[in-house]
Amino acid sequence: MELFFDRLVVGLEQGAVYASVALALVLIYRTTSVVNFAQGELALFSTFVTWQLFEWGLPVGLAIVVSMALSFVGGAAIERAIIRPVGDASKNPLAIVIVTIGLLLALNALVKWIWGPEGRTFPKIFSANTIEIGGVSISYQALGILAVLAVELVLLYLLFQKTKLGLAVRSVASNNESSSLVGIPVGRMLMFGWGLAAAVGALAGALYASQLAVLDTTIFFQLLVYAFAAATLGGFDSPVGAVVGGLIVGVVTVMAGGYIGWLGEDLKLLAAFLVILVVLLVRPQGLFGKKQVERV
Amino acid sequence: MSAATESRRPALPRDRRSLVVRIVVTIVVGAILLYIPQYFPRFRIEGQFNVIITYAIAALGLNLLTGFNGQISVGHGAFFGVGAYTTAILVADHDWSYPATFVAGAVLTFVLGLLVGLPALRIRGLYLALVTLALATVFPLIITRFSDVTGGTQGKRVPRVRAPEWSGLQDDQWKYYVLLGFAVVAFVLVRNLVRSRVGRSLIAIRDNETAAEVLGVNLSLYKVVTFGVSAMLAGVAGCLSVLNEPFVNAEKYNINLSITLLVAVVVGGAATILGPAFGAFFVVFLPEWLPKSQPELSPVLFGGALILLMIVAPGGFLGLMRQLTGWAKRRLRPPSSDPPTSGTEEALASA
Repeated sequence: MELFFDRLVVGLEQGAVYASVALALVLIYRTTSVVNFAQGELALFSTFVTWQLFEWGLPVGLAIVVSMALSFVGGAAIERAIIRPVGDASKNPLAIVIVTIGLLLALNALVKWIWGPEGRTFPKIFSANTIEIGGVSISYQALGILAVLAVELVLLYLLFQKTKLGLAVRSVASNNESSSLVGIPVGRMLMFGWGLAAAVGALAGALYASQLAVLDTTIFFQLLVYAFAAATLGGFDSPVGAVVGGLIVGVVTVMAGGYIGWLGEDLKLLAAFLVILVVLLVRPQGLFGKKQVERV
Repeated sequence: MSAATESRRPALPRDRRSLVVRIVVTIVVGAILLYIPQYFPRFRIEGQFNVIITYAIAALGLNLLTGFNGQISVGHGAFFGVGAYTTAILVADHDWSYPATFVAGAVLTFVLGLLVGLPALRIRGLYLALVTLALATVFPLIITRFSDVTGGTQGKRVPRVRAPEWSGLQDDQWKYYVLLGFAVVAFVLVRNLVRSRVGRSLIAIRDNETAAEVLGVNLSLYKVVTFGVSAMLAGVAGCLSVLNEPFVNAEKYNINLSITLLVAVVVGGAATILGPAFGAFFVVFLPEWLPKSQPELSPVLFGGALILLMIVAPGGFLGLMRQLTGWAKRRLRPPSSDPPTSGTEEALASA
């Protein structure tokens, strides 16, 4: 039983990171209906920036905040310079998919070119100690990552539901043309969406690297796959869904890897995908997604 | 009435002229394709041209699904891999002949495609793309997991194919002509399929599912069978890839392959017949042509080229060509003899 709770905690801790990246995916999908294949590599780039700032002597927390700010600018710039010229995502989804794949390849190689292909040790953000709660030892790291995720979610909720800026972004997401008719600067809102997603991704990347204690160019694609799984499970247009989906994916993979010996470490991803397939067959729009009603 | 017949009249000779152009272009391209293995050294034929042909066949299958039927798949590398492993295991461990394994690979990937297509009836668009992405991610893991059968990450060597004596060809040249033969048959079959009632149904489903259903198109049947046929083409391409390079391992059929195939489809021109061939050429040769002075930078340039191409020509290479020829025709023709029907002509051509 103790082992079960240990695995549950580990699963939640890993799931929280998937959830953060999934949140970034959802932010971009909601504002621009783009599925961003480059989200993982954007986080990779940001995390290397964080690492560089840390190496230059900034405390790790400050390094993350500065990197998030830089990522915000970078994300907005990418939207303006690369994504928008391709045109409306709903009209030509294939072209946008290829553009984000191009961005994925380019960013990954750019990181290798700037920082070299070798792995780096990434500083621990939270203390390595554990705390006993009801007989289960929980690491500060797990608590910290979950707390960061909770704060992130609350802040995003407040931003989107309680501020004028959030209202404008939501309006652009739901109807581009009407929004521009009522005077919302649509372009700037799209840039804001991408910037926000890049900043959220930067935070997620730092948590991920800190969890693994290493940083190299190969690990972020896997993170992207898990985040896709999380967002798909939760529903691609729902931030809450992304978080719940991320936590479920984390717990399922850890449990499957631990309890089903036949699967082992290699195939634990398969278990998560099977869960997702079953969920999608029952609810094709994901757990929390809105069902699209088509007008004939 | 008379005006209409008058404007119709010059259309006939123009059609005939374009027919002549088509025949000439086909002969020239055919001659070049047949001449390639005589001109280029062995490493280019085995390492590039034969690879292009296998990619082109796989992309042709993917295009049927993604371009014509509108179901995005980021997982066709897995079907390619299943085909490759079918041939490799049967030839290396069970002494089958290569052609027999192609049949086995085709049947297996067709059935597998049907199975993957089944959830596609309920899951659409983006969600479907991500399910296929899962397929591509899991495939190498499964290969590694069952390494006693597959050879895992170590890989599996397969006996080479030798050119028969009577042909008088080198092995690589022989393989090129065999692959080319398969490709020509596949492209002709798909072209005929797309221009038939079936093809029109596929396009109708892509453009408006509800309308297609109302018009009596059996959505489930068409979508699932398209998935099957598409997977089968990718599978056969995988079988053929082993003929070209008799070695398989888990790393060869990872997510990058799936991405490469999708890139080939879109870059060549989605929903065009010959687009996948151009796309396959592009994905194999562009990295060759990029400057070699800093090898780390070449993926950056490749990614950049993809982005640029999608901004300049969202319809891919053939889309761009079509735009250019349309523009040139409009420019070259004197405005007086330019009948207002040119607009509908273009719409028909792009449909």
